Amino acid sequence: MAWKIFLFLLLSFVSVAGIAFPIVENPIHWYEFPLIKGLEQNAKIIFFHVPTAWLTVIAFLMSTIYSVKYLINKNLDDDAKSYAAAQLGIIFCILATITGAVWAKFAWGSYWSWDPRQTSIFALLLIYGAWFALRSSLESEEKRATLSAVYAIIAFLTVPFFIFIMPRIMKGLHPGSADDNNAGPIVNFKMNGNMQLIFFLSLIAFTILFFWMWTLGYKSIIFKEKINKIYTQG
Amino acid sequence: MSNYSVEAVSLNKVFGRRLIFNNINFKFENNGIFGISGPNGSGKSTLIKIIAGITSPSSGKVIHNSNTIAVIPEKLHNHIGFVSPYLVLYDEFSAWENLNYFSEIRNVPFDSEKVTFLLDRFLLLNRKDDFVKIYSSGMKQRLKFIFALMHSPQLLLLDEPTSNLDAEGKDKVYSILRNEAGSSIIIIASNEDSDLEICSSCIQLEQFKNVNSSVPSRGDILK
Amino acid sequence: MKIKAYALFKKDFHSELRTRYAVNSLVMFIIVAISVILFSIGNERISQGLTGGLFWVVIFFSAMSGLARAFVSEEERGTTLVLQLIASPSTIFSGKLLFNLILVFMMNIVIALLYSAMFDAFVIKNFLLFLVTFLLGNIGLAISSTIIAAIIAKAGSKGTLYPVLSFPILLPLILLLVHLTLNSLDGTSFEQSIFELAMVACYDVIMLSASYMLFDFVWKD
Repeated sequence: MAWKIFLFLLLSFVSVAGIAFPIVENPIHWYEFPLIKGLEQNAKIIFFHVPTAWLTVIAFLMSTIYSVKYLINKNLDDDAKSYAAAQLGIIFCILATITGAVWAKFAWGSYWSWDPRQTSIFALLLIYGAWFALRSSLESEEKRATLSAVYAIIAFLTVPFFIFIMPRIMKGLHPGSADDNNAGPIVNFKMNGNMQLIFFLSLIAFTILFFWMWTLGYKSIIFKEKINKIYTQG
Repeated sequence: MSNYSVEAVSLNKVFGRRLIFNNINFKFENNGIFGISGPNGSGKSTLIKIIAGITSPSSGKVIHNSNTIAVIPEKLHNHIGFVSPYLVLYDEFSAWENLNYFSEIRNVPFDSEKVTFLLDRFLLLNRKDDFVKIYSSGMKQRLKFIFALMHSPQLLLLDEPTSNLDAEGKDKVYSILRNEAGSSIIIIASNEDSDLEICSSCIQLEQFKNVNSSVPSRGDILK
Repeated sequence: MKIKAYALFKKDFHSELRTRYAVNSLVMFIIVAISVILFSIGNERISQGLTGGLFWVVIFFSAMSGLARAFVSEEERGTTLVLQLIASPSTIFSGKLLFNLILVFMMNIVIALLYSAMFDAFVIKNFLLFLVTFLLGNIGLAISSTIIAAIIAKAGSKGTLYPVLSFPILLPLILLLVHLTLNSLDGTSFEQSIFELAMVACYDVIMLSASYMLFDFVWKD
């Protein structure tokens, strides 16, 4: 129970601090953020956008790992874990896409401009969508688990290609990408101590939140299946 | 007499979260006819498929020929003949073409003498060049037997072998099976008394119900 | 094993000649797709870059109309069990892949010929680059569409789901192929495109090995 209160306090602090702390040219006080060229006041979204994008990737990775585990052990609990991770993954993927698009409207002037990262998150969204469409079209639990596991693994294999080919095919606008000469690698150099601290606190808080939601998610899926089984068999 | 053997070691099959059967053990050796019986839904067809290596068991294993090198898992299908109501042959080919392609895909020489002999015994010889799509269900059933026997398998797996057959067809099948039983292992899954009469021994499958029926409580989920 | 896969291919080819399950819809789809583009353009001149992209659009949608056949037809007719009884999974996959490869190559050669006849702007300056792109791209397309077809054959709504599942898997391949085709239209030299070509080759190899490893799970009940 204690850690839930801790998580609540952490998330509240990160939200308040992320939104309320001012951005100034030369930070003097501990609660002031530095001005990053090319980002200015828009920089604050970093505390919310980056964790969602990070969790999208983590969820996809976990979904794939449990898919592999399912194919090895054929234990339906692994399928439930993979499914719960993907359910959260698609939510965070949508959040990351929306927060990114809103930010892009103010930073680049349009909601969508097929930047490599935008294209990659769009591809991820497509993969999640296709994965759920496949699951809903399969009725037998075993077949659903097996085929969606196979699909998740194949889809996972396409991810490295996006990482390698996108920068060559499209021009990058996103902060931190190779073509970006304004903000550069923000996390490492342009952030000052307290900004980094709040950024990493935010990452940690969101990650804990994710694992909590995920545990609840897969447990409820497993129990739902068990209850279903009892009722259908009489 | 073949020296083939098939052995099941604590076979267990779960569909989703439903247990179909649990802890099945048997060993059949050399030759003879063996039966598997049980009510509908007790997993007869599934067990037959597991023995054939088409479906994998949830736990336990099937050992063919005591795991000697004579049976390579990749080529298990060359040792097995299989008849099932779920078996469908290619409609757009004639019986002869079907059998010809099957032996080609198996990469075994097409024994046209044996196939002609079998077609003759199952009364299909004068229809061998007709497309399978115009066959009656009884003829299709007899053609499945030819498909199962054409490569002289050492293990014959029959799932409801006499469905769709008239009395004459059944007698024909029984006489051929008795004949084959001298040189191979035959396993029949069926509920028909006449099928089970020709078996020398029989495994009884039972219907499983509610193995683990404790309803989880809300507290379990939030733990 | 090669002989067995070839025998399976022969069976499929013979069956295709009798039923025309895939070819008819494929041919019609190519004609429909190209004419829709022609109608929507009307009298306007389209740029060279656009023709390169549209070329792969036509190929993608035509492939989606016919390539699922390899496994879906077996599943629909219930003949999967026969195949399971006469061949190992790797033989089945090889045979079906061979069938789809031949189908993709025939289809894409027809599309390429029709396309270059219909679009004046579609002039290839670096033919060698285009040829290698075409070759590697077709192989990748055939591999991915075969394994997705195997998955789709077991699912409920086969027809609509096939493009939905294939698109994310084919997306990196198509992006690369469009890029390479634009290069060959520009007359960019072979050496400058070697990275993209290597990526396409990597895609083919990775998808092929993953498909062989995962096909067992899809095929066995």
